[in-house]
Amino acid sequence: MGFFIEVLLGGLMAGVLYSLVALGFVLIFKASGVFNFAQGAMVLFAALTLVRLMELLKSTFSPFLLALVLTVGVMIALAWLIERLVLRPLVNQPGISLFMATLGISYVLDGFGQAVWGSDVYMLDVGIPKRPIVLFESLVPGGVLVPSEDLVAAAIAGVLVAGLGLFFQKTRIGRALRAVADDHQAAQSVGIPLNYIWVIVWTVAGLVALVAGIVWGSKLGVQFSLGLVALKALPVLILGGFESILGAVVGGLIIGAGEKLSEVYLGPLVGGGIENWFAYVVALLFLLIRPEGLFGERHIDRV
Amino acid sequence: MFYREAGQFKTTYRADQAVFPIRQDQIFIVVWLAVGFFLVPLISSEYLLRAILIPFLILALAALGLNLLVGYCGQLSLGTGGFMAVGAYAAYNLCVRIPQLNPLIAFLLAGGVATLVGIGFGIPSLRIKGYYLAVATLAAQFFLDWVFSRVAWFTNNTPSGSISAPPVTLFRFTFDTPVRKYLLCLAFLVLFAAIAKNLVRGRIGRAWMATRDMDVAAEIIGIRPMYAKLSAFAISSFVIGVAGGLWAFVHLGSWEPLAFDVNRSFSILFMVIIGGLGSILGSILGAAFITVLPLMLNQLPEWLGVPISTAMISNLETMTFGSLIVFFLIVEPLGLARLWRIAKEKMRLWPFPY
Amino acid sequence: MTSQRRIGDVLLQLDGISLSFGGVRALDNVSFDVRSHEIRAVIGPNGAGKSSLLNVINGVYHPTQGTVTYKGTTRPQMRPHEAARQGIARTFQNIALFKGMTVLDNIMTGRTLKMQAGFLFQCVYFGKARGEELEHREKVEHIIDFLQIEHIRKTPVGRLAYGLQKRVELARALAAEPELLLLDEPMAGMNVEEKEDMCRFILDVNDEYGTTIVLIEHDMSVVMDLSDRVVVLDYGRKIGDGKPDEVRADQAVIDAYLGVQH
Repeated sequence: MGFFIEVLLGGLMAGVLYSLVALGFVLIFKASGVFNFAQGAMVLFAALTLVRLMELLKSTFSPFLLALVLTVGVMIALAWLIERLVLRPLVNQPGISLFMATLGISYVLDGFGQAVWGSDVYMLDVGIPKRPIVLFESLVPGGVLVPSEDLVAAAIAGVLVAGLGLFFQKTRIGRALRAVADDHQAAQSVGIPLNYIWVIVWTVAGLVALVAGIVWGSKLGVQFSLGLVALKALPVLILGGFESILGAVVGGLIIGAGEKLSEVYLGPLVGGGIENWFAYVVALLFLLIRPEGLFGERHIDRV
Repeated sequence: MFYREAGQFKTTYRADQAVFPIRQDQIFIVVWLAVGFFLVPLISSEYLLRAILIPFLILALAALGLNLLVGYCGQLSLGTGGFMAVGAYAAYNLCVRIPQLNPLIAFLLAGGVATLVGIGFGIPSLRIKGYYLAVATLAAQFFLDWVFSRVAWFTNNTPSGSISAPPVTLFRFTFDTPVRKYLLCLAFLVLFAAIAKNLVRGRIGRAWMATRDMDVAAEIIGIRPMYAKLSAFAISSFVIGVAGGLWAFVHLGSWEPLAFDVNRSFSILFMVIIGGLGSILGSILGAAFITVLPLMLNQLPEWLGVPISTAMISNLETMTFGSLIVFFLIVEPLGLARLWRIAKEKMRLWPFPY
Repeated sequence: MTSQRRIGDVLLQLDGISLSFGGVRALDNVSFDVRSHEIRAVIGPNGAGKSSLLNVINGVYHPTQGTVTYKGTTRPQMRPHEAARQGIARTFQNIALFKGMTVLDNIMTGRTLKMQAGFLFQCVYFGKARGEELEHREKVEHIIDFLQIEHIRKTPVGRLAYGLQKRVELARALAAEPELLLLDEPMAGMNVEEKEDMCRFILDVNDEYGTTIVLIEHDMSVVMDLSDRVVVLDYGRKIGDGKPDEVRADQAVIDAYLGVQH
């Protein structure tokens, strides 16, 4: 029993990380209707930038803070560049073109990041406590070992989700973002400054990517495979719905837990490696049963 | 001036419907075929054939298949590599387990297998729109990656996971020299391009394009978008499967599952985008471009006189691909094929500017 | 102008059609009939549910209540491609042409249901498929002549002016040789000359091919001139049904248009 809970918790924690990445996707999709394939690349890029800057600045009084500020600046600049060079020229193109453009962006980011910062694995230490904590001593003899950095990650994710949810629902900018996602031209015609909005959205998504990168990088080390996480976030979005922040969280948790559990319990039966495709097959099943996801909205085409 | 159509009036619909209605185009295509089949093999070095032309031809075939689905029918697929793998492994298993079976027939049968697999993964997501097919095909890609590396039956229980293909023969004739391999691939490409062109200008192609442009309106005319998408998927998977068989047998000789990973899928998608969505010529141009680009980048250190590490070159390659994708999507979404058509238009008017 | 037409039996019958989207009632208990060979106009203020009505006839929307009886068969709902198979064609308010194709190709897609050549024939083209293509090409060219759009047949549709696009859409609908033609504001956005041309085309279609036409239109003079009978909708409900003159004089209709509360 204890083992099951451990695996489950481990999976949930991995799920939190997926959720953080998926959150970035949802933000951009919710606010601009664009499916940002480059989100994973952004996570990697942000983490790489942070790590390397920390190294460069290690002799200063607070390498982490300084590097953090600089990285935030870089992500803002990145958002601005993307808006200017890619989004603006493609403003009325069909979704598929924008999607492929983000595919291009992800390649550019990958290549650029590795060219500038190198492609080794870097350890990221931002002071998150790594000692495992023992929980559930009352339920299970000996308790369950939970890495405290996972708890911190969950806490950070929770705060982010709550904050973003409030932001979208309650603030003026949040409403404007939702209007833009619905219909670019209509939003423009009521005076919403599209370009400005987009820079904001992509910046926020970039910052979310940074947070995800910090959390994930501190756990696993910053390396190229971080970028592949983007691909895993796709099933999360199918499960949760492309436009739902809550969906990104729930979807991420389900996928994370499901992956780990199936790997541990079903893996030995088929020679392992289930983790590689479990998320996708689940997504496929969802496409059959409930394509708009758990929290998504059904699309009504007006003719 | 060289490309005048003046004086070439079509008096029958039959003449108007021809694939190459303009006389200059007709001559052009004959010349190209002659060059391809006769001149190129004579003057090309073995290296050129083996390392550049043969992969180019096979990838052009795969790009052609993908373009039918993405360009003509508007459905995004990220699983091309996986379907090529299906073709390769199916052909391999057929040849190994049925030794009397001619590999060429095996390629076609393997294409059929790829079709079935493609339909299997595609059916759930054809009922819905947008990025969902992309996710489904990505699922296929990863799942197939796993299947071919873990399930020993597919590799005929070879312990290393790396398998070698038997040579391709036709009656007594073995395609073993680079020239013969080149001609075989060229023949496949020309044949499939012709069939694709015929499909695209008829009822089926129109149904695809209608589904792509506005499936609600298509349904109202009587086209069933689901069948259109399914047929596009099926035919596309078939062509890609055959290309996979060719890639494994003719180009690689021996391979591992990694040869067909997700990067291969993206690379072929890039060929389609850069070459031109919805264009047969575009698929070929795109494949040429993407095949040649890394070679040119490899020469970059020499040209610039600056030493650049291989890692850096590979990064530059990645960045260049990404930037080109964005560039083409913004500037010329119809890709190189459209640029080619514009060039032809200019030739009609030259020396007049417009 | 309308008296010479031989109007036949009831071709289409709507009974108690109600349609809701979430909380919005688009149509509320609408019933009327359409006779063969007639031209029936559907009018009403904006948002009255006219397009929704056409969508129900066509099978694009499925009514929450009520039935559609077409050619004697009653059914609660139909898929659009079944409607097409039954001989119903339509045009849209916001042009639904295939922007990536030429005028000729667009109209040729209208003939899809008539094309039979199988897959293998399509691959080879020479032979049965080509024969069919040419046969349909002739029919399509006939329509192109009829609507006077020869000069733009190879132009990609996206490049055409609005009025011409509407004509191409009509051509595509005609290509299916429909028995029932649904036109959704065919003259919206046109100037007087274009409207006259379109009126003439519609009348010619009805005269020459005997096509039954249901048309949504805002221009009263067009409605008066063209139609045999008129249905008036307001807020999803039918408030008038009869000959144009009768309907024009009806107080409820006048109130609806003037916005009087009722």
